[in-house]
Amino acid sequence: MALRIFTGNRVADGIVVYLDDAGGWTETVSQSRLVATSEDQVAATEMADKASDDAVVADPYLIDVTEDGGEIRPVRYRERIRAYGPPVHPDFVKTTPLDTDHFTPGGGASRPSGDGA
Amino acid sequence: MYRYDPLDQRLVDERVEQFRDQVARRMAGEITEDEFKPLRLMNGLYIQLHAYMLRIAIPYGMLSSTQLRKLAHIARTYDRGYGHFTTRQCIQFNWPKLEDTPDILAELAEVQMHAIQTSGNSFRNVTADQYAGVSADEIEDSRPYAEIIRQWGALHPEFSYLPRKFKIAVTGSPNDRTAAKFHDIGVILKKNDAVETGFEIIIGGGQGRTPMIAQTVREFLPRHDLLSYLEAIMRIYNLMGRRDNIFKAKLKILVYKLGIDEMQKLVEEEWNQIKDGPLKLPQAEIDRVAAHFAPSPFETVESDLRAFDIHKFESPAFARWARTNVAAHKQSGYTIVNLTLKPTGGVPGDATAEQMDAVANLADRYSLGEIRVTHEQNLVFAHVKEADLYRLWRALDEIGFATPNLSLIGDMICCPGLDYCGLANARSIPVAQRIGKRFADLDRQLDIGELRLKISGCINACGHHHVGHVGILGVERKGEEYYQITLGGNPAMDATIGDVVGPAFSSDDVVDAVETIVTTYVKLRADGERFFDTYHRVGAEPFKEQLYLEKADAAA
Amino acid sequence: MPLLKSGKLVDDPWTHVADEVAIPASGPVIVGLKRWREERAALIKRKDPVGVRLQSDHTAGDVADDLEHLGVVALAFPVFKDGRAYTNARRLRERHGYRGEVRAIGNVLRDQYLFMQRCGFDALEVKEGETEQDWQRATGAITVFYQPAADGRETVIRKRHSQTS
Repeated sequence: MALRIFTGNRVADGIVVYLDDAGGWTETVSQSRLVATSEDQVAATEMADKASDDAVVADPYLIDVTEDGGEIRPVRYRERIRAYGPPVHPDFVKTTPLDTDHFTPGGGASRPSGDGA
Repeated sequence: MYRYDPLDQRLVDERVEQFRDQVARRMAGEITEDEFKPLRLMNGLYIQLHAYMLRIAIPYGMLSSTQLRKLAHIARTYDRGYGHFTTRQCIQFNWPKLEDTPDILAELAEVQMHAIQTSGNSFRNVTADQYAGVSADEIEDSRPYAEIIRQWGALHPEFSYLPRKFKIAVTGSPNDRTAAKFHDIGVILKKNDAVETGFEIIIGGGQGRTPMIAQTVREFLPRHDLLSYLEAIMRIYNLMGRRDNIFKAKLKILVYKLGIDEMQKLVEEEWNQIKDGPLKLPQAEIDRVAAHFAPSPFETVESDLRAFDIHKFESPAFARWARTNVAAHKQSGYTIVNLTLKPTGGVPGDATAEQMDAVANLADRYSLGEIRVTHEQNLVFAHVKEADLYRLWRALDEIGFATPNLSLIGDMICCPGLDYCGLANARSIPVAQRIGKRFADLDRQLDIGELRLKISGCINACGHHHVGHVGILGVERKGEEYYQITLGGNPAMDATIGDVVGPAFSSDDVVDAVETIVTTYVKLRADGERFFDTYHRVGAEPFKEQLYLEKADAAA
Repeated sequence: MPLLKSGKLVDDPWTHVADEVAIPASGPVIVGLKRWREERAALIKRKDPVGVRLQSDHTAGDVADDLEHLGVVALAFPVFKDGRAYTNARRLRERHGYRGEVRAIGNVLRDQYLFMQRCGFDALEVKEGETEQDWQRATGAITVFYQPAADGRETVIRKRHSQTS
């Protein structure tokens, strides 16, 4: 089973959050709770549903990720943009602006984007 | 410009309290996200990639300096210090907190602004000509009718749950600047033989997945029948528009399916039942609204071109800007000034809070306190004295809004794209920035001449790519961003939809492709021919050859 | 389902009868359009009132000729986003002059009460737990009306020019 995590937008302020190990919601994707087995999924889904019912997170959903030495990275390009902030505004990225690796399309392999921020 | 009377004010105030209650219920978990979503959309509040996004209406593009200052304040206080002007004459803030939105709307209501129906399946912001009231090519000022339509459409109890969003543009000039032919309804001011004001009504235009050009459903509609006729159109659409497929739900699909003749028959049948009813527009109301748009207190200023010429001689940069960004005003001694929000390599249509404040101050000083927002993501000062142009230019230059590229390749329309938008397939802003940098040389831009470049990050076409002279559509293929290029689009009355030139280009190749298109045009053009004219004279073949032959050569 | 009739929670005298179910011998009943068309004569002859249930792809015109026989016309909102019933309600009231009950059924939510009232609905089948206070709050939230509708409320334009007209 592919590695996945839950994500959504927080109801109060709309900020992108991830279900974490403690069952809370974190803004940092690397702190998210990995879903690797179907048991994981059942437990995590229950927490996500509760967050939705309690109006903590709007419409949480699962996304594919890879894990590399503690660094959790979303697979889909748009999810990387969500995780790290809009690349066009270096002020608001959640990682170093020069780290364009996070933002390249095509599945996370390191490739010079040529765009810059 | 229009000023609310106590009834208008009460509506927006009550609306704020209604929304405050809805937000409280949402945060307490009393209504689900599914139930809340249409309510927040009816107040312009989206959930996008990173956060909520609030879209605030700027009715037919008109802003007072007071209102612009309030937008600056909102950007500073509740957001991250900037806003984005859109292709429907609205402004978007990308980072508001839900819990703050009732307060934001309350602050907007203080200056007669709102976010009512800027999203959702109802009437969106009514758009109009940014040169209304000041251009010599105008038949009549269209703004009073835009305001009348805005009111009629606000919280319309029958048409708040349409099959899809609904866009109306009002235009008063045959040289249309509103892209009326690509709206659900276009209201085109006309005079009949008796020199009475009325409208040609066109319907069924739109961009998106299936771009279509609007067709005439009524050649001449007397002005007092405006609201009843629109109501008739809406009633047919509400009943018959498709509700099973979001991609086939717009009015244009219904018009296409039934044909304009059948559509006209249905509309006129309905209209005949209601036209003498309470929707008949009293002349007193037309007069009341029109009085708000009465010609401004212009001074009688003799056109003194000497000082103007001296400045141009002494400052080539000023001369260049005056040539591109300053348009003729119908009143002698006055001009229309275009503030292009397209700095080279910048984000098209963005303004910081500081820039907004500065523009508000300049508007007070040089343009009777009034600012207009264009659907091409620029701003207009409509009443600038010729004698003030040089001073104004210096001030605009200081805040970064004096780029002399109006209608040139640097003056791009660009949607927010995948950097912000949950609907996008590809990033659009970096493409705009890279193209801007490639063509940074302003002399070169001038030499290229008028070239309307429009970029969308997805098929929803918020960047109007279908009607760009050069259009770029971002698509996703196997997790990679690709860019499809179209040529020869035009949103004016002689509307055309751009032709796809060939296979899409990768992110790496798209800027070169645009350059190839430009150099091909320059080689082929006749004297004084714009890109658009050359394209329609020579056709797509020469461009295809250069674009794809080059690639084949490179691959070989 | 609780019934809000003109803003009051009342016992519902009407019974919805599904298409396959036998029509009770007595008591007011609401049947589907197809059934109405098939059993019209018999339904009119009943001593107790009859009403018709229209789906969102039916129109007011489908029952326009029979309104004198109908005590209620129920208009369905299969999802709240399907706004066709607003037009049908107005047509019943304004074009056809219908004075019986116009009832909203289906996905009927508090935030649409005011629009429904304005379009001529005088009865709503609502969610469990809805109160008369909820109704009053919802329908009293906005007091400015730009458009004429089926509710007869004075429009803004009328108010503005009543002295001069």
